[in-house]
Amino acid sequence: MSSRARKQPLGLQILIYGFAGLWLIMAAFPFLWTAWGSFKVELDFFSIADWTYALTGERTKAEYGSPFTDAGYKGAWVQESFYRNVINTFIICFFVVCTSLTIGTLGGYALSRSNYRYTFILLITALIFRAMPPITLVAGYMLPFFQWNVWGLMPTTIIVLVAINQPFTLWMLHSFFQNIPKELDESAKVDGCTQFQAFRHVIIPVMWPGVITTGLFSFLLAYNDFAVTAMLLSEENRTMVPQVAAFLGTTYTEGNIMFAVASVVSATAPLFILVMFFQRQIVSGLTQGAVKG
Amino acid sequence: MRHSTFFWFFLPTAAAMLLFIAFPILSVVMQSIYAPHSAVLIEVETCTPLVGCTMETTLDQEATAALRASEPLGRFVGLDIFLDRGHLAVSEVADMWRDTATWSGFVDGLSNLPFYRAMAFTLTFTFVVTPAVIIFGLLIALAVNSLHAWLKGVVIFFSLLPFVVTPLIGALVLFWMIDSRGILGTALQWLVSDPDLSLKASTGLMWVSLIVYGIWHAAPFAFVIFYAGLQTLPMDQIEAAEIDGATRLQRIRYVVVPHLMPLVTFVALIQLMDNFRVFEPIVGFNAAAHATSISWFIFNDLGGETRQLSSASASSVLTIIGVSILLLPVLVRTWNDFKGKT
Repeated sequence: MSSRARKQPLGLQILIYGFAGLWLIMAAFPFLWTAWGSFKVELDFFSIADWTYALTGERTKAEYGSPFTDAGYKGAWVQESFYRNVINTFIICFFVVCTSLTIGTLGGYALSRSNYRYTFILLITALIFRAMPPITLVAGYMLPFFQWNVWGLMPTTIIVLVAINQPFTLWMLHSFFQNIPKELDESAKVDGCTQFQAFRHVIIPVMWPGVITTGLFSFLLAYNDFAVTAMLLSEENRTMVPQVAAFLGTTYTEGNIMFAVASVVSATAPLFILVMFFQRQIVSGLTQGAVKG
Repeated sequence: MRHSTFFWFFLPTAAAMLLFIAFPILSVVMQSIYAPHSAVLIEVETCTPLVGCTMETTLDQEATAALRASEPLGRFVGLDIFLDRGHLAVSEVADMWRDTATWSGFVDGLSNLPFYRAMAFTLTFTFVVTPAVIIFGLLIALAVNSLHAWLKGVVIFFSLLPFVVTPLIGALVLFWMIDSRGILGTALQWLVSDPDLSLKASTGLMWVSLIVYGIWHAAPFAFVIFYAGLQTLPMDQIEAAEIDGATRLQRIRYVVVPHLMPLVTFVALIQLMDNFRVFEPIVGFNAAAHATSISWFIFNDLGGETRQLSSASASSVLTIIGVSILLLPVLVRTWNDFKGKT
């Protein structure tokens, strides 16, 4: 590639760098801007008088004596107990990832080692389930959950999120397991292992890269969900995202929009760290499905 | 793998999907053809001396409970909910068809019906964002591919953010910037020198903002996939095309794009599924007055004090039918491919 890049005329090079730069700004600037603004007061974040106030924090200086304030964070975390939603989110994400990986690896492994017609039908069914918007299923959960008195509890939501996660998890793990040569577990079976023993002693030790990548996407799905968590969790069990939405309902009237801004930045931070450490896995996971098609 | 072994390996995930995806779909279908019982009312005559007698309507608790117990599914209403004003509005549409002379009048009338309004936005969003994401993603991939190696890493890192971040949160971050007091809103006002310009006030501008959000959110996905595809470009073909005198643009058009075509199909499939369920940006942009989507429509029925399960279920069934129509060509093709292989 580099030999071709050197041959590119200057005009094209400027165009390419300009476009890439523009995209970089489009992708990164909104987050940096909001993170910077979250340490200001509302009059600076939404600067009516002069937009440069958002950078310099004139009003924040006037109110708190310094251009930065943690008032928004204090309001959200202490006054509105946002930390409880953070804890709920991580409990739910942890159990969703563990459960869906456990049952997903078993299912995905079975799909990849079986060549009957029903494997194909199961995969297509999973694809159709993947296409269903989760909100269409929520209407079906409501009545039974109310009747059994399990609405609003965290375990209920965890199971629902695991199920909604399964089609995607199955597809991804299926294609990872197909990349692991069949000869590995077949030779183990020749040596007298049962299928499960072959899976336990031969496949599990080599499957971790695929499982970690799939786990990342399971985590993202649970962490980012709004439709299911907003509908199925009671107020004290709420996760971060529905709580941010709830802030909007109350704070627009109370003028405490900075609580919402602070909680938005708090909820983005873990994702930022995740991308930083697992960039390679996310990229490979995204392309995995595509290459297999 | 033997059938019985397969069964035991697949059982947990099958149970999860059966119980929490397949059954809910069935129960949604059931709920959409049964309406909840209305309370049983009885008229009681109360007579007081001197004043006379009055008829009073009161709730008959026992009869209501008995009715609900005898038919727990509710009152069978068939397709009534699907055809009522809140959904397909058949009689209203028929009336309009008869009474309005012009096409634009008919379309105007349709856009006053809530379900058609939601449908219009959902379809516009799906069919504008999907191709735009593919083109924009391809352009970014081509640009990033010819950057210096150390720059690539930085660009890929920041590119992932709009895609990975929670949709509701990404929408809010953009919404606060395009607010008439936010930085982009102010910049726009300055650009068109109209200090009263507000994206929130106009339906057209709100639609544009939502679509821009949709492209911003999904472009990284297309970019990453196309970028990976570019790493496996057949260099000999490119060089051959170069020797034959193909220009840069022709090389992209006739070598690079055909090489990426399977990936384009994949991105289009995923994007059609995901854009059809557009929901969070409407909540984040507080845009319900100007644009509603089908998912938002269901969410709105389910939330609030009165959970309108029947209405939400009917919308859900219509959505499921819509998704099936959208997916049908892909499914037929995959099925034929599979049959061809065996």
